Amino acid sequence: MLPHGVAPLDGSYDVNGTSRFWRVLAPALVGVGFLGGWEAAVRLAGVPPYVLPGPLLIAETLVKDGPSLLGALLVTLRITVAALAVAIVVGGALAILFAQSRLLEMSLFPYAVILQVTPVVAIAPLIIIWVNNVFAALLVCATIVAFFPIVANTTLGLNSADRNLVDLFRLHAASRWQMLWLLRLPSALPLFLAGVRISGGLALIGAVVAEFVAGTGGAETGLASRIIEAGYRLEIPRMFAALFLLSLTGIAIFAVLSWLSRRLLRHWHESALEPSD
Amino acid sequence: MAETLVAAVALAKSFRNGIAALSSVDLAVSRGEFVGVLGPSGCGKSTLLRILAGLAEPTAGRLERTSDLVGRIGFVFQEPTLMPWATVWDNVYLPLRLHGVARDAAAPRIAAMLDSLGLGEFVRAYPRQLSGGMRMRVSIARALVTEPALLLLDEPFAALDEITRFKLNEDLRALWLKLRCTIVFVTHSVFESVFLSNRIVVMTQRPGRIVADLAVDLPETRDNALRLMERYAECCRTVSRRLTEAMT
Repeated sequence: MLPHGVAPLDGSYDVNGTSRFWRVLAPALVGVGFLGGWEAAVRLAGVPPYVLPGPLLIAETLVKDGPSLLGALLVTLRITVAALAVAIVVGGALAILFAQSRLLEMSLFPYAVILQVTPVVAIAPLIIIWVNNVFAALLVCATIVAFFPIVANTTLGLNSADRNLVDLFRLHAASRWQMLWLLRLPSALPLFLAGVRISGGLALIGAVVAEFVAGTGGAETGLASRIIEAGYRLEIPRMFAALFLLSLTGIAIFAVLSWLSRRLLRHWHESALEPSD
Repeated sequence: MAETLVAAVALAKSFRNGIAALSSVDLAVSRGEFVGVLGPSGCGKSTLLRILAGLAEPTAGRLERTSDLVGRIGFVFQEPTLMPWATVWDNVYLPLRLHGVARDAAAPRIAAMLDSLGLGEFVRAYPRQLSGGMRMRVSIARALVTEPALLLLDEPFAALDEITRFKLNEDLRALWLKLRCTIVFVTHSVFESVFLSNRIVVMTQRPGRIVADLAVDLPETRDNALRLMERYAECCRTVSRRLTEAMT
Protein backbone atom coordinates (compact mmCIF):
# COMPACT_ATOMS: atom_id res chain seq x y z
CA MET A 1 0.00 0.00 0.00
CA LEU A 2 1.17 3.48 -0.74
CA PRO A 3 1.85 5.86 2.15
CA HIS A 4 -0.83 8.36 2.96
CA GLY A 5 -1.08 11.09 0.32
CA VAL A 6 1.30 9.54 -2.18
CA ALA A 7 0.04 9.19 -5.73
CA PRO A 8 0.94 6.01 -7.59
CA LEU A 9 3.13 6.56 -10.66
CA ASP A 10 0.60 5.09 -13.08
CA GLY A 11 -1.68 8.07 -12.51
CA SER A 12 -4.61 6.04 -11.22
CA TYR A 13 -4.83 8.09 -8.04
CA ASP A 14 -8.14 9.73 -7.41
CA VAL A 15 -8.86 11.18 -4.00
CA ASN A 16 -12.57 10.37 -3.92
CA GLY A 17 -12.68 7.56 -6.42
CA THR A 18 -11.38 4.12 -7.19
CA SER A 19 -8.15 4.18 -5.22
CA ARG A 20 -9.77 4.62 -1.82
CA PHE A 21 -12.49 2.13 -2.76
CA TRP A 22 -9.98 -0.58 -3.63
CA ARG A 23 -7.88 0.17 -0.60
CA VAL A 24 -10.77 -1.10 1.52
CA LEU A 25 -12.23 -3.68 -0.84
CA ALA A 26 -9.06 -5.47 -1.93
CA PRO A 27 -7.89 -6.57 1.55
CA ALA A 28 -11.52 -7.35 2.49
CA LEU A 29 -11.82 -9.69 -0.51
CA VAL A 30 -8.58 -11.41 0.44
CA GLY A 31 -9.90 -11.88 3.99
CA VAL A 32 -13.26 -13.25 2.88
CA GLY A 33 -11.57 -15.57 0.39
CA PHE A 34 -9.18 -16.86 3.04
CA LEU A 35 -11.91 -17.48 5.61
CA GLY A 36 -14.14 -19.14 3.00
CA GLY A 37 -11.30 -21.42 1.92
CA TRP A 38 -10.57 -22.28 5.54
CA GLU A 39 -14.19 -23.16 6.31
CA ALA A 40 -14.48 -25.22 3.13
CA ALA A 41 -11.23 -27.09 3.79
CA VAL A 42 -12.22 -27.92 7.36
CA ARG A 43 -15.64 -29.20 6.27
CA LEU A 44 -14.53 -31.12 3.19
CA ALA A 45 -11.57 -32.82 4.89
CA GLY A 46 -13.62 -33.44 8.04
CA VAL A 47 -10.96 -31.95 10.35
CA PRO A 48 -12.16 -32.31 13.96
CA PRO A 49 -12.60 -28.98 15.80
CA TYR A 50 -10.00 -29.90 18.46
CA VAL A 51 -7.38 -29.89 15.69
CA LEU A 52 -8.55 -26.97 13.60
CA PRO A 53 -11.97 -25.35 14.06
CA GLY A 54 -13.56 -23.51 11.16
CA PRO A 55 -14.09 -19.74 11.30
CA LEU A 56 -17.84 -20.13 11.79
CA LEU A 57 -17.37 -22.26 14.90
CA ILE A 58 -14.81 -19.77 16.20
CA ALA A 59 -17.26 -16.92 15.67
CA GLU A 60 -19.94 -18.90 17.48
CA THR A 61 -17.59 -19.54 20.41
CA LEU A 62 -16.64 -15.88 20.44
CA VAL A 63 -20.29 -14.91 20.87
CA LYS A 64 -20.91 -17.63 23.48
CA ASP A 65 -17.72 -17.11 25.52
CA GLY A 66 -17.47 -13.40 24.80
CA PRO A 67 -18.41 -12.14 28.28
CA SER A 68 -15.93 -14.38 30.12
CA LEU A 69 -13.15 -13.66 27.62
CA LEU A 70 -13.87 -9.94 27.75
CA GLY A 71 -13.20 -9.92 31.50
CA ALA A 72 -9.82 -11.54 30.88
CA LEU A 73 -9.12 -9.11 28.03
CA LEU A 74 -9.73 -6.23 30.40
CA VAL A 75 -7.08 -7.60 32.77
CA THR A 76 -4.55 -7.87 29.93
CA LEU A 77 -5.51 -4.47 28.61
CA ARG A 78 -4.99 -2.88 32.03
CA ILE A 79 -1.44 -4.25 32.16
CA THR A 80 -0.80 -3.16 28.57
CA VAL A 81 -1.99 0.40 29.09
CA ALA A 82 -0.15 0.73 32.41
CA ALA A 83 3.04 -0.65 30.84
CA LEU A 84 2.79 1.76 27.91
CA ALA A 85 2.25 4.67 30.30
CA VAL A 86 5.26 3.69 32.42
CA ALA A 87 7.33 3.14 29.25
CA ILE A 88 6.39 6.62 28.01
CA VAL A 89 7.28 8.28 31.31
CA VAL A 90 10.48 6.29 32.00
CA GLY A 91 11.56 6.16 28.35
CA GLY A 92 10.87 9.84 27.79
CA ALA A 93 12.66 10.83 31.00
CA LEU A 94 15.68 8.69 30.14
CA ALA A 95 15.85 10.22 26.65
CA ILE A 96 15.70 13.74 28.07
CA LEU A 97 18.45 12.80 30.53
CA PHE A 98 20.55 11.42 27.65
CA ALA A 99 20.05 14.61 25.66
CA GLN A 100 21.46 16.67 28.53
CA SER A 101 24.76 14.86 28.65
CA ARG A 102 26.56 12.89 26.01
CA LEU A 103 28.56 11.11 28.73
CA LEU A 104 25.40 9.96 30.47
CA GLU A 105 24.02 8.68 27.18
CA MET A 106 27.22 6.78 26.41
CA SER A 107 27.26 5.30 29.92
CA LEU A 108 23.66 4.13 30.08
CA PHE A 109 22.55 3.46 26.52
CA PRO A 110 24.33 0.07 26.19
CA TYR A 111 22.39 -1.17 29.22
CA ALA A 112 19.11 -0.12 27.66
CA VAL A 113 20.16 -2.17 24.63
CA ILE A 114 21.02 -5.18 26.82
CA LEU A 115 17.63 -4.96 28.48
CA GLN A 116 16.03 -4.79 25.06
CA VAL A 117 17.80 -7.80 23.53
CA THR A 118 17.28 -10.08 26.55
CA PRO A 119 14.20 -12.19 25.78
CA VAL A 120 11.48 -11.32 28.26
CA VAL A 121 10.48 -14.99 28.47
CA ALA A 122 13.88 -15.66 30.01
CA ILE A 123 13.73 -12.99 32.71
CA ALA A 124 10.01 -13.06 33.43
CA PRO A 125 10.26 -16.05 35.86
CA LEU A 126 12.87 -14.16 37.89
CA ILE A 127 10.79 -11.01 38.00
CA ILE A 128 7.74 -13.01 39.05
CA ILE A 129 9.78 -14.51 41.91
CA TRP A 130 11.20 -11.13 42.97
CA VAL A 131 8.04 -9.09 42.74
CA ASN A 132 5.31 -10.38 45.03
CA ASN A 133 2.37 -8.57 43.49
CA VAL A 134 1.36 -10.35 40.27
CA PHE A 135 0.07 -7.20 38.59
CA ALA A 136 3.31 -5.37 39.37
CA ALA A 137 5.42 -8.27 38.12
CA LEU A 138 3.54 -8.42 34.82
CA LEU A 139 3.75 -4.64 34.55
CA VAL A 140 7.53 -4.74 34.95
CA CYS A 141 7.86 -7.41 32.25
CA ALA A 142 5.64 -5.61 29.76
CA THR A 143 7.42 -2.31 30.43
CA ILE A 144 10.83 -3.86 29.78
CA VAL A 145 9.58 -5.01 26.38
CA ALA A 146 7.91 -1.71 25.55
CA PHE A 147 10.26 1.02 26.68
CA PHE A 148 13.19 0.69 24.29
CA PRO A 149 11.65 2.11 21.08
CA ILE A 150 10.59 5.18 23.06
CA VAL A 151 14.07 5.74 24.53
CA ALA A 152 15.84 5.14 21.23
CA ASN A 153 13.48 7.22 19.09
CA THR A 154 13.15 10.11 21.52
CA THR A 155 16.91 10.32 22.06
CA LEU A 156 17.40 10.47 18.30
CA GLY A 157 14.67 13.10 17.99
CA LEU A 158 16.07 15.28 20.77
CA ASN A 159 19.48 15.22 19.14
CA SER A 160 18.27 16.01 15.64
CA ALA A 161 17.03 19.56 16.19
CA ASP A 162 17.94 21.87 13.30
CA ARG A 163 21.55 23.01 13.81
CA ASN A 164 20.79 26.56 12.69
CA LEU A 165 17.89 26.78 15.13
CA VAL A 166 20.22 25.60 17.89
CA ASP A 167 22.58 28.43 16.87
CA LEU A 168 19.71 30.91 16.91
CA PHE A 169 18.79 29.84 20.45
CA ARG A 170 22.44 30.21 21.50
CA LEU A 171 22.61 33.63 19.89
CA HIS A 172 19.77 34.76 22.10
CA ALA A 173 21.37 33.18 25.18
CA ALA A 174 18.59 30.61 25.62
CA SER A 175 18.69 28.62 28.84
CA ARG A 176 19.01 24.84 28.84
CA TRP A 177 15.37 24.66 29.81
CA GLN A 178 14.25 26.93 26.92
CA MET A 179 16.37 24.92 24.50
CA LEU A 180 14.68 21.73 25.70
CA TRP A 181 11.12 22.98 25.96
CA LEU A 182 10.95 25.23 22.90
CA LEU A 183 13.28 23.43 20.51
CA ARG A 184 14.38 19.90 21.37
CA LEU A 185 11.05 18.51 22.59
CA PRO A 186 9.00 19.73 19.61
CA SER A 187 11.74 18.50 17.25
CA ALA A 188 11.58 15.09 18.89
CA LEU A 189 7.78 14.81 18.87
CA PRO A 190 7.39 12.97 15.51
CA LEU A 191 10.01 10.36 16.38
CA PHE A 192 8.70 10.05 19.93
CA LEU A 193 5.20 9.35 18.59
CA ALA A 194 6.58 6.78 16.14
CA GLY A 195 8.25 5.12 19.13
CA VAL A 196 5.02 5.15 21.12
CA ARG A 197 3.22 3.51 18.21
CA ILE A 198 5.70 0.63 18.17
CA SER A 199 5.71 0.39 21.97
CA GLY A 200 1.91 0.10 22.10
CA GLY A 201 2.05 -3.21 20.25
CA LEU A 202 5.07 -4.36 22.22
CA ALA A 203 3.39 -3.61 25.55
CA LEU A 204 0.56 -5.95 24.58
CA ILE A 205 2.99 -8.67 23.50
CA GLY A 206 4.99 -8.18 26.70
CA ALA A 207 1.87 -8.43 28.84
CA VAL A 208 0.74 -11.64 27.14
CA VAL A 209 4.18 -13.27 27.28
CA ALA A 210 4.51 -12.41 30.97
CA GLU A 211 1.04 -13.84 31.64
CA PHE A 212 2.07 -17.05 29.89
CA VAL A 213 5.09 -17.34 32.17
CA ALA A 214 3.09 -16.44 35.28
CA GLY A 215 0.66 -19.23 34.49
CA THR A 216 -2.98 -19.59 35.38
CA GLY A 217 -2.86 -18.99 39.12
CA GLY A 218 -4.53 -16.09 40.87
CA ALA A 219 -8.00 -14.65 40.88
CA GLU A 220 -7.77 -12.07 38.10
CA THR A 221 -6.03 -13.51 35.09
CA GLY A 222 -5.67 -12.24 31.57
CA LEU A 223 -6.27 -13.60 28.09
CA ALA A 224 -3.05 -15.60 28.05
CA SER A 225 -4.34 -17.68 30.96
CA ARG A 226 -7.58 -18.30 29.06
CA ILE A 227 -5.52 -19.49 26.09
CA ILE A 228 -3.46 -21.86 28.25
CA GLU A 229 -6.58 -23.21 29.99
CA ALA A 230 -8.35 -23.74 26.69
CA GLY A 231 -5.27 -25.56 25.40
CA TYR A 232 -5.25 -27.92 28.40
CA ARG A 233 -8.92 -28.69 27.89
CA LEU A 234 -8.60 -29.03 24.12
CA GLU A 235 -11.15 -26.23 23.72
CA ILE A 236 -9.42 -25.13 20.56
CA PRO A 237 -12.28 -22.93 19.25
CA ARG A 238 -12.12 -20.95 22.50
CA MET A 239 -8.37 -20.64 22.08
CA PHE A 240 -8.84 -19.19 18.60
CA ALA A 241 -11.52 -16.83 19.89
CA ALA A 242 -9.10 -15.52 22.54
CA LEU A 243 -6.36 -15.15 19.91
CA PHE A 244 -8.76 -13.24 17.70
CA LEU A 245 -9.55 -10.85 20.55
CA LEU A 246 -5.84 -10.34 21.14
CA SER A 247 -5.09 -9.39 17.53
CA LEU A 248 -8.13 -7.14 17.46
CA THR A 249 -6.81 -5.39 20.59
CA GLY A 250 -3.37 -4.99 19.02
CA ILE A 251 -4.89 -3.46 15.89
CA ALA A 252 -7.07 -1.14 17.98
CA ILE A 253 -4.06 0.06 20.01
CA PHE A 254 -2.12 0.74 16.83
CA ALA A 255 -5.07 2.58 15.26
CA VAL A 256 -5.63 4.77 18.32
CA LEU A 257 -1.94 5.68 18.58
CA SER A 258 -1.72 6.40 14.84
CA TRP A 259 -4.75 8.65 15.08
CA LEU A 260 -3.23 10.46 18.05
CA SER A 261 0.06 10.90 16.20
CA ARG A 262 -1.64 12.32 13.09
CA ARG A 263 -3.71 14.64 15.23
CA LEU A 264 -0.72 16.04 17.11
CA LEU A 265 1.36 16.53 13.96
CA ARG A 266 -1.32 17.58 11.49
CA HIS A 267 -0.29 21.22 11.26
CA TRP A 268 3.30 20.74 10.38
CA HIS A 269 4.77 17.31 9.93
CA GLU A 270 5.13 15.70 6.50
CA SER A 271 3.78 12.40 7.82
CA ALA A 272 0.44 13.92 8.80
CA LEU A 273 -0.36 16.15 5.82
CA GLU A 274 -3.64 15.76 3.98
CA PRO A 275 -3.43 14.61 0.36
CA SER A 276 -4.97 17.87 -0.85
CA ASP A 277 -2.02 19.81 0.57
CA MET B 1 33.68 58.40 10.69
CA ALA B 2 31.10 56.68 12.92
CA GLU B 3 32.01 54.54 15.88
CA THR B 4 33.28 51.02 15.15
CA LEU B 5 30.67 48.47 16.18
CA VAL B 6 32.55 45.28 15.50
CA ALA B 7 36.05 44.63 14.22
CA ALA B 8 37.96 41.56 13.16
CA VAL B 9 41.71 41.93 13.68
CA ALA B 10 44.03 39.48 11.91
CA LEU B 11 41.32 36.89 12.29
CA ALA B 12 42.05 33.31 11.23
CA LYS B 13 40.07 30.12 11.50
CA SER B 14 40.92 26.55 10.73
CA PHE B 15 38.67 23.61 11.43
CA ARG B 16 39.58 20.49 13.35
CA ASN B 17 39.84 18.55 10.09
CA GLY B 18 42.72 20.82 9.09
CA ILE B 19 40.86 22.96 6.54
CA ALA B 20 41.81 26.62 6.84
CA ALA B 21 38.68 28.72 6.28
CA LEU B 22 40.03 32.21 6.97
CA SER B 23 43.54 33.61 6.96
CA SER B 24 44.17 36.96 8.53
CA VAL B 25 40.97 38.91 7.99
CA ASP B 26 40.83 42.56 8.99
CA LEU B 27 37.41 44.14 8.85
CA ALA B 28 35.98 47.01 10.86
CA VAL B 29 32.24 47.65 10.62
CA SER B 30 30.99 51.05 11.73
CA ARG B 31 27.62 51.80 13.24
CA GLY B 32 24.94 52.25 10.58
CA GLU B 33 26.88 50.71 7.72
CA PHE B 34 25.51 48.29 5.12
CA VAL B 35 28.47 46.08 4.25
CA GLY B 36 28.32 43.46 1.54
CA VAL B 37 30.79 40.58 1.87
CA LEU B 38 31.37 39.16 -1.62
CA GLY B 39 33.31 36.05 -2.49
CA PRO B 40 33.21 32.69 -4.26
CA SER B 41 31.50 29.69 -2.69
CA GLY B 42 33.46 28.14 0.13
CA CYS B 43 35.69 31.17 0.72
CA GLY B 44 34.89 31.33 4.40
CA LYS B 45 32.28 34.12 4.22
CA SER B 46 29.82 32.18 6.34
CA THR B 47 32.54 31.32 8.83
CA LEU B 48 33.43 35.00 9.13
CA LEU B 49 29.79 35.83 9.77
CA ARG B 50 29.47 33.12 12.43
CA ILE B 51 32.55 34.48 14.19
CA LEU B 52 31.14 38.03 14.07
CA ALA B 53 27.97 36.65 15.66
CA GLY B 54 29.93 34.89 18.37
CA LEU B 55 28.70 31.46 17.20
CA ALA B 56 32.22 30.31 16.37
CA GLU B 57 35.61 31.08 17.88
CA PRO B 58 38.55 32.26 15.78
CA THR B 59 41.72 30.16 16.00
CA ALA B 60 43.94 33.25 15.75
CA GLY B 61 43.50 37.00 15.86
CA ARG B 62 40.73 38.64 17.81
CA LEU B 63 37.27 40.07 17.61
CA GLU B 64 36.45 43.46 19.09
CA ARG B 65 32.83 44.21 19.84
CA THR B 66 31.20 47.07 21.66
CA SER B 67 29.57 46.01 24.89
CA ASP B 68 26.05 47.00 23.84
CA LEU B 69 26.16 44.31 21.16
CA VAL B 70 25.56 41.51 23.66
CA GLY B 71 22.17 39.93 22.91
CA ARG B 72 21.54 42.52 20.20
CA ILE B 73 22.59 40.59 17.14
CA GLY B 74 20.13 39.35 14.53
CA PHE B 75 21.06 36.47 12.25
CA VAL B 76 19.42 35.30 9.03
CA PHE B 77 20.55 31.92 7.73
CA GLN B 78 20.76 30.59 4.18
CA GLU B 79 17.57 28.65 4.77
CA PRO B 80 14.57 30.28 6.47
CA THR B 81 15.22 28.02 9.50
CA LEU B 82 11.74 28.39 10.95
CA MET B 83 10.20 26.12 13.55
CA PRO B 84 7.75 24.04 11.45
CA TRP B 85 5.49 23.37 14.45
CA ALA B 86 4.94 27.06 15.19
CA THR B 87 2.84 29.66 13.41
CA VAL B 88 4.36 32.70 11.73
CA TRP B 89 3.49 34.75 14.81
CA ASP B 90 5.14 32.31 17.21
CA ASN B 91 8.23 32.07 15.01
CA VAL B 92 8.67 35.83 15.08
CA TYR B 93 7.93 35.89 18.82
CA LEU B 94 10.71 33.37 19.53
CA PRO B 95 13.68 35.73 20.12
CA LEU B 96 11.54 38.00 22.31
CA ARG B 97 10.34 34.98 24.24
CA LEU B 98 13.94 33.87 24.79
CA HIS B 99 14.65 37.33 26.18
CA GLY B 100 11.73 37.00 28.57
CA VAL B 101 9.27 39.39 26.90
CA ALA B 102 5.63 38.49 27.65
CA ARG B 103 3.28 37.72 24.76
CA ASP B 104 1.08 40.75 25.40
CA ALA B 105 4.03 43.10 25.55
CA ALA B 106 5.49 41.62 22.38
CA ALA B 107 2.27 41.70 20.35
CA PRO B 108 2.41 45.30 19.06
CA ARG B 109 6.05 44.99 17.98
CA ILE B 110 5.38 41.69 16.23
CA ALA B 111 2.32 43.10 14.46
CA ALA B 112 4.29 46.13 13.25
CA MET B 113 7.18 43.97 12.08
CA LEU B 114 4.92 41.53 10.24
CA ASP B 115 3.13 44.41 8.55
CA SER B 116 6.33 46.07 7.40
CA LEU B 117 7.37 42.80 5.75
CA GLY B 118 3.99 42.25 4.11
CA LEU B 119 3.14 39.27 6.31
CA GLY B 120 0.04 40.73 7.97
CA GLU B 121 -2.34 38.14 6.51
CA PHE B 122 -0.15 35.16 7.37
CA VAL B 123 0.02 35.59 11.14
CA ARG B 124 -1.66 32.26 11.83
CA ALA B 125 -0.13 30.33 8.93
CA TYR B 126 2.39 27.55 9.42
CA PRO B 127 5.72 27.73 7.55
CA ARG B 128 4.83 24.85 5.22
CA GLN B 129 1.88 26.86 3.92
CA LEU B 130 4.16 29.67 2.74
CA SER B 131 6.30 30.09 -0.37
CA GLY B 132 10.08 30.20 -0.10
CA GLY B 133 10.12 33.98 -0.37
CA MET B 134 7.48 34.38 2.32
CA ARG B 135 9.36 32.04 4.64
CA MET B 136 12.46 34.16 4.18
CA ARG B 137 10.41 37.25 5.04
CA VAL B 138 9.37 35.57 8.29
CA SER B 139 13.01 34.79 8.97
CA ILE B 140 13.95 38.46 8.45
CA ALA B 141 11.05 39.60 10.63
CA ARG B 142 12.28 37.28 13.37
CA ALA B 143 15.79 38.73 13.12
CA LEU B 144 14.57 42.34 13.18
CA VAL B 145 11.90 42.10 15.87
CA THR B 146 14.48 42.44 18.64
CA GLU B 147 15.67 45.71 17.06
CA PRO B 148 19.20 44.37 16.73
CA ALA B 149 22.18 46.71 16.66
CA LEU B 150 23.84 44.38 14.18
CA LEU B 151 22.05 42.29 11.57
CA LEU B 152 24.01 39.49 9.92
CA LEU B 153 22.64 37.80 6.79
CA ASP B 154 24.23 34.69 5.31
CA GLU B 155 23.26 34.46 1.60
CA PRO B 156 19.59 34.59 2.61
CA PHE B 157 18.19 34.89 -0.91
CA ALA B 158 20.47 32.44 -2.72
CA ALA B 159 17.80 29.77 -3.01
CA LEU B 160 15.05 32.09 -4.29
CA ASP B 161 14.03 32.84 -7.84
CA GLU B 162 15.31 36.10 -9.29
CA ILE B 163 12.02 38.00 -9.26
CA THR B 164 11.44 37.20 -5.60
CA ARG B 165 15.08 38.03 -4.83
CA PHE B 166 14.85 41.46 -6.50
CA LYS B 167 11.75 42.28 -4.49
CA LEU B 168 13.37 41.18 -1.24
CA ASN B 169 16.50 43.20 -2.09
CA GLU B 170 14.35 46.29 -2.51
CA ASP B 171 12.49 45.66 0.74
CA LEU B 172 15.62 44.92 2.75
CA ARG B 173 17.24 48.14 1.54
CA ALA B 174 14.10 50.12 2.47
CA LEU B 175 14.00 48.48 5.91
CA TRP B 176 17.62 49.41 6.50
CA LEU B 177 16.91 53.04 5.59
CA LYS B 178 14.01 53.02 8.02
CA LEU B 179 15.65 51.20 10.93
CA ARG B 180 19.22 52.38 10.43
CA CYS B 181 20.71 49.28 11.98
CA THR B 182 24.10 47.97 10.94
CA ILE B 183 24.04 45.18 8.37
CA VAL B 184 26.64 42.71 7.17
CA PHE B 185 25.31 40.81 4.17
CA VAL B 186 27.17 37.82 2.77
CA THR B 187 26.54 36.94 -0.88
CA HIS B 188 28.19 35.47 -3.95
CA SER B 189 26.19 37.69 -6.28
CA VAL B 190 27.88 40.83 -7.60
CA PHE B 191 24.53 42.38 -8.57
CA GLU B 192 22.99 41.75 -5.19
CA SER B 193 25.96 43.14 -3.26
CA VAL B 194 26.05 46.32 -5.38
CA PHE B 195 22.30 46.87 -5.18
CA LEU B 196 22.18 46.49 -1.41
CA SER B 197 25.44 47.70 0.05
CA ASN B 198 27.13 51.01 0.72
CA ARG B 199 30.44 49.22 0.99
CA ILE B 200 31.64 45.93 -0.46
CA VAL B 201 34.52 43.82 0.77
CA VAL B 202 35.79 41.18 -1.66
CA MET B 203 37.22 37.91 -0.39
CA THR B 204 39.55 35.40 -2.05
CA GLN B 205 39.19 31.65 -2.39
CA ARG B 206 39.77 29.60 0.76
CA PRO B 207 41.51 30.33 3.00
CA GLY B 208 39.56 33.59 2.74
CA ARG B 209 41.23 36.94 2.95
CA ILE B 210 39.87 40.41 2.18
CA VAL B 211 41.51 41.78 -0.97
CA ALA B 212 39.34 44.78 -1.80
CA ASP B 213 37.26 47.24 0.18
CA LEU B 214 35.08 49.32 -2.15
CA ALA B 215 32.63 52.16 -1.52
CA VAL B 216 29.43 51.90 -3.56
CA ASP B 217 28.62 55.32 -4.96
CA LEU B 218 24.88 55.00 -5.58
CA PRO B 219 21.86 56.88 -4.23
CA GLU B 220 20.69 56.01 -0.71
CA THR B 221 17.15 55.17 -1.77
CA ARG B 222 17.18 52.33 -4.25
CA ASP B 223 14.48 50.50 -6.16
CA ASN B 224 14.40 48.19 -9.15
CA ALA B 225 14.73 51.14 -11.57
CA LEU B 226 18.32 51.40 -10.36
CA ARG B 227 19.12 48.06 -12.00
CA LEU B 228 18.71 49.68 -15.42
CA MET B 229 20.94 52.67 -14.74
CA GLU B 230 24.38 53.07 -16.24
CA ARG B 231 25.84 53.99 -12.85
CA TYR B 232 24.66 50.68 -11.40
CA ALA B 233 26.11 48.77 -14.35
CA GLU B 234 29.41 50.64 -13.96
CA CYS B 235 29.56 49.71 -10.27
CA CYS B 236 28.82 46.07 -11.06
CA ARG B 237 31.63 46.07 -13.66
CA THR B 238 34.13 47.47 -11.18
CA VAL B 239 33.17 44.96 -8.49
CA SER B 240 33.17 42.07 -10.98
CA ARG B 241 36.69 43.01 -12.05
CA ARG B 242 37.89 42.96 -8.46
CA LEU B 243 36.20 39.63 -7.84
CA THR B 244 37.85 38.12 -10.92
CA GLU B 245 41.21 39.40 -9.71
CA ALA B 246 40.55 37.92 -6.30
CA MET B 247 39.90 34.50 -7.77
CA THR B 248 43.08 34.29 -9.84
